[in-house]
Order: sequence, then C-alpha cells, then structure tokens
Amino acid sequence: MTAAPQPGAAGFLARYQGLKDHLPGARLPWLAALRSDAAAHVAARGFPTRRVEAWKYTDLSPVAQAGFAEPLTAVAGALTLPKPRCAVRAVFVDGRFRADLSALDGLAYRAASVAQHLDALEGMLGALAPLAEHPMTALNTLMFEDGLFLDVPAGVDAGHLELLSIAVDPGRPFAFHPRHVIRLGAGAKLTLLESAIGGSAQYLHNPVFEIDLAEGAVLTHGRAQQEGEGAFHLSMIHARIAAEARYDTMAVSAGARLTRMEIHAALTGPKASCHMNSAQLAAGRAVVDTTTALDHAAPDCASRQTCKTVLAGQARGVFQGKILVRREAQKTDGYQMNQALLLSEEAEMDSKPQLEIYADDVKCSHGATIGALDADSLFYLRSRGVPADQARSMLVQAFLHEAFEGLEDDVLREALTAAVDGWWVRHGTAS
Amino acid sequence: MLEIKGLTAEVDGKPILKGVDLIVPQGEVHAIMGPNGSGKSTLAYVLSGRDGYEVTGGTALLHGQDLLAMEPEERAAAGVFLAFQYPVELPGVGNATFLRTALNAIRRAKGESEFDAMQFLKLARERMKALSMNDEMLKRGVNVGFSGGEKKRNEILQMALLQPKLAILDETDSGLDIDALKIVADGVNAMRGPDFSALVITHYQRLLDYIVPDRVHVLMGGRIVRSGGPELAKELEAQGYGAIQAAA
Ligand SMILES: Nc1ncnc2c1ncn2[C@@H]1O[C@H](COP(=O)(O)OP(=O)(O)O)[C@@H](O)[C@H]1O
Ligand SMILES: [Mg+2]
Repeated sequence: MTAAPQPGAAGFLARYQGLKDHLPGARLPWLAALRSDAAAHVAARGFPTRRVEAWKYTDLSPVAQAGFAEPLTAVAGALTLPKPRCAVRAVFVDGRFRADLSALDGLAYRAASVAQHLDALEGMLGALAPLAEHPMTALNTLMFEDGLFLDVPAGVDAGHLELLSIAVDPGRPFAFHPRHVIRLGAGAKLTLLESAIGGSAQYLHNPVFEIDLAEGAVLTHGRAQQEGEGAFHLSMIHARIAAEARYDTMAVSAGARLTRMEIHAALTGPKASCHMNSAQLAAGRAVVDTTTALDHAAPDCASRQTCKTVLAGQARGVFQGKILVRREAQKTDGYQMNQALLLSEEAEMDSKPQLEIYADDVKCSHGATIGALDADSLFYLRSRGVPADQARSMLVQAFLHEAFEGLEDDVLREALTAAVDGWWVRHGTAS
Repeated sequence: MLEIKGLTAEVDGKPILKGVDLIVPQGEVHAIMGPNGSGKSTLAYVLSGRDGYEVTGGTALLHGQDLLAMEPEERAAAGVFLAFQYPVELPGVGNATFLRTALNAIRRAKGESEFDAMQFLKLARERMKALSMNDEMLKRGVNVGFSGGEKKRNEILQMALLQPKLAILDETDSGLDIDALKIVADGVNAMRGPDFSALVITHYQRLLDYIVPDRVHVLMGGRIVRSGGPELAKELEAQGYGAIQAAA
C-alpha cells in the first residue's frame, strides 16, 4: 500500500522531481528549460486562491486540497468508446495518445502524438502560453506527458477531426495535463470536435491548447465536456489569430463537478475574427466557469460571444469576459452577451463583463441577464398538453438557442446538442 | 358538457370570481360578455389551470371529470383548449416544433399514434390554408414578430390541430379587422358539432354576428348576472352594461 499523494502544488512539484528524467522530451534542452521555468512558477504561486482577481468567483481549494496520483501506466481491459462522429479520430486515454484506438492514417496534414514529435515542436510548444499569468498553464507545462499535435499546411482543407479524451477509473484520484498544439497554415481549414468523457473516475483534467492560425486560416472548434461527477475540468486555450483568419468555438460544459473553460485569444492581423459561444450547464453542487479574454490588437477585426448558463440545484456559474481593444484596433466590431437561467432558487451566478477600449472608432456592445424560467411561457406550453418536464426542456433549449446560432456544421451541432440533451436527461427532470 | 357550480377564486388574496354557475351542454357554443375587469379572463385561466389563480370553492366538471383537480396538461388532454387573450411569444421555439409537440402530446394522451414531421406538415398546411395563414409562419419562433391578428390566427390554428372538446376563446376578436374576424369565426364555426362546445368570451357584440351563440351570459362582479339567447348580446350593445347592473 502506497501513501496517499501529497496535495496541492507541493504534491505536483514532488512528482515532477521524481518524474522529470522520464517525462517525454526530458533530454531536449529547450523543453527541460521550459519545464524548470514552469516549476519555478508553480513553486512561487501554487494554486490560485480567490484573492487572485481572475479566480475571485471560482474556488479551486477542492483541487488544491486533493492529492492526485499518476494515471495508470497501462489501462487494462477493453474500453468502450462512444460511436465515432468523424472518420478521423485521435483518442487519448488518461491524457495519453492511443494509436490503437485512433484513426489518423493517410491524412494530408500531420495529426500525431505530441510526446512522439517533441523535436518538431521546439519554438512552437510554449510560444503562445505565458506561464506567469496562468497558474494552470504553468502546471500543465510542468507535468504534460502527451497531447495532440495538429499541423495543417497552407491551403489544405483538413475536414473533420475528432479529439476524444477518456478517463478510466483506477480507483484513486489522479491527474493528467494534455498539451495540444494546433497550427493551421495560411488559408488552411479544420473542423475539430473535442469531447471529454470520464465515467465515475476522480481526477483533474487540465488540458492546454495552443492554437496558431495563419492568415486566412479557419478553425471551427466544437467542444463537448461530458465528464463524470468526480472530475475537475480546467481547460485553457491560448489562441493567436492572424489577418483574415477565423477561430469559431462553441463549447458545451455538461459534466464534471468543477469546470472552467478559459480562452485567451488575440486577433493579431486586420480582419481576423473570433466567435466564442458556450452553453454551460450545472446541477447539484457543481460549478461551471467560462472565462475569456479577447485581445483586439489589429484594425477591422470582429468578435462575437454568447455565453448561456443553466443552473439547477445548488450549482454555481461564473462568466468572466474581457474584451481589450487596443489603440491600433480601429473599426473593431465586438459583441458579448451572457445570460443565465436559474432553475432553482438556490443556484447562483456571478458575471463580470469587462470592456477595455483604447481605440476611438469601434462598435462594442455587451449585455447580461439572469432570470428564472418564464411562468407564462411554461403555462402556455402546458395548456397545449405538453407535460411540465418536456415544457421546461423546450424552454431551456430555447434559452440556449442563440448560443447554437451560427453553428452550421452538422457534425458539431449533433454532438453538442446530444451533450445538452444528455445533461437534461440526467439532471433536468429533477430541477 | 361543462358544469360550473358555485366557483369562487382569488388572485393575490383578492376574490375575483364570487360564485359562478354555468352549464354549457355538449355541442353548444355560449358567449360570456362583461365589462373590463369583471373576471372573464380569470374564469378562463381557472378552467385551464394557470398558477396564481386560487380556487377557493365550487366545482368545474367537463363530461363529469373534475377539471380543477388536474394539471394544465391533463386538462388539455381531457379536451380543454384556451385561446389566449394575449398569446405568449416563445423566442427560440420554432412554431412548427411547438405545434407538432402539442399535437403529439395530445395524441399520445389519447392513445393515438404520433405524427412524424411529414404527416404534421401536411395537416398543418391544410389547416393554415383554411385560416389564410402563410406557411412561412411555421418557420418563425412561436408568435415572435407576429402581428396581433397573426397571433390570434395562430391560436385558432392550434385549436384546429388539437381538436378540443371545449374551447375557451378569450377575446379572440380584439384587435382583429373585419376580414380577420371572419376568418377566425369561420375557423370556430368549422369546429361546431355534437362533440364540440365553446365558451366565447368577448367584450363586444360584433364577433357574435359571425359566431352565433346558443346562449349569452353576462359576467359582472365575479358572477353570472344574466343569461339569455343571442338577442341578449344585441340588447347589451344597445343599452350597455350599466342597465344590467342597475337591474341586477
Ligand atoms: N395576475 C393578476 N394579478 C393581479 N390582479 C389580477 C390578475 N389578473 C386579474 N386580476 C384582477 O382581477 C380582476 C378581473 O380581471 P380579468 O379576469 O382579467 O377581467 P376581464 O378579463 O373580464 O377583463 C381585475 O380587477 C384584475 O385587476
Ligand atoms: Mg380579459
């Protein structure tokens, strides 16, 4: 019987000390330097407390106090994978790439394990992910073992790819920190469906994405987080969007006991655009947090954001959305809307829109609402014979509707709708 | 048959219905008239089961079934339909989805097979044509961006699809021009038959030229103060409610 792992940042640092010669890329000087830099940040700051402004509303102490071991080195037995939604599929089990479960052959672009291609990632991995401001990015950089490396050459339309993360219950809490690096060359295109499932396992899933879109590239990124009630899901996206490139993301958070989906996106060239929509759903005592920062650093760029939060039971929701419009970002077109629907009187929502505008010729609007289901609407449906549960479900879907607007890809739409429907089946009728 | 006896109800602790007695035999259409604030909509809501309208006494039976003990959706399944005075807008719920969901909920409750999208569209288009409604109204959100007249027609369309046993039309005529009024009246008249009864609530006599009622009742101060044949509506039009009040 081994001793319980030490909790908090100290636990991760101790594990790093023990593992560092065995972590992938341990012999690459640039990576060793990056990891030791990360170690210094983790040692100095640890897990953020609520006194840190960016973490004012989401309490990470349940994560900081838990002791996480390593994932199992080999997962025994057959895994039941969900039905593939795309022909091209990269499967990760406990954060490790599984070639045997993936389907990545014969592609016109590179889709491979980060761990196996670290020599090709110098100068790329870490380039968009500042450690100082982002404690979870620092922890990921310290501990990551694997992730998905997607490199789509200029002009290639890569079609659809599914990135599936599965966590398998080893009977004790564990942590994994996938590092995904995605690069689209000029004019390249990719539709990425990211999904995460995890059954009853107790774990921390701490993925970091570095997304670099060259001129005119288009990345459409659907995200379905459907992990179990024992999961902490803290994900971070660092994205750089060049001139005329487009990054569209639509996320559904419909699982885990604590989810934070954080995005930092910079529009760095003229006419770049970013849509980031999300639907976050929580019941019981779960916490969902959408935190975003959009940096308009070039003229004529557009950003649109719709975040919808549905809370049942004693769940808590957080929305923090910052839009920075730099002096040079004239003719910026920015829109942000965040709305919460509280299905119970004990649910709570915190929302913090933040506009910082230094350019004078911009169009930026934002709005926020918090409310309950409308009694008149509910009665109208019921008076037409629709049972109360179904009527509530229809109104919740209607509430989420705008977040799904503009999601034209059928594969993404179906997957994300199914994530919402699954949540409703598990939690909706009780609320 | 609808039988209401000694029905009393309050809103926010304020008594509104103060003992309503009313019988609508099967197959008949009755009108309820009364000045603003007399409790007409309250009666409609109490019969359809809206929250916040508290029944403090009396009974309401539809074909012997106790309506007041049922949830709103159970009343709908039992055949009650309320055409709202102010139809509700449901942004994000497509009108077609709404209509099909309602139709299938009622069919399910009756033990009938559900309609698939094709069967539904065929039926809906047919019914819409009779109401001079544009197909395009199926694509919009429920009542979203509909004119007052379109909303009322959408109510009548729902009635035509759901085929209720008892329709309660709450001022369906208000805000309609004469052509729309005729279309709505035709929609109601087309439903008339031995298995259909209706309570037509109206403030004005005008609608009753087109939907000729079997009986007319006057609701004032939370009670039915007079009942009569269709001629009573004409009398009210000529003399106003004041004369009735004085006589009551
Ligand atoms: N939701 C409500 N809240 C408070 N008072 C109401 C409500 N609904 C109706 N009332 C009151 O009940 C009385 C009857 O209203 P209503 O039934 O709407 O009359 P009518 O339909 O005959 O014009 C009025 O005095 C009205 O102010
Ligand atoms: Mg009224």
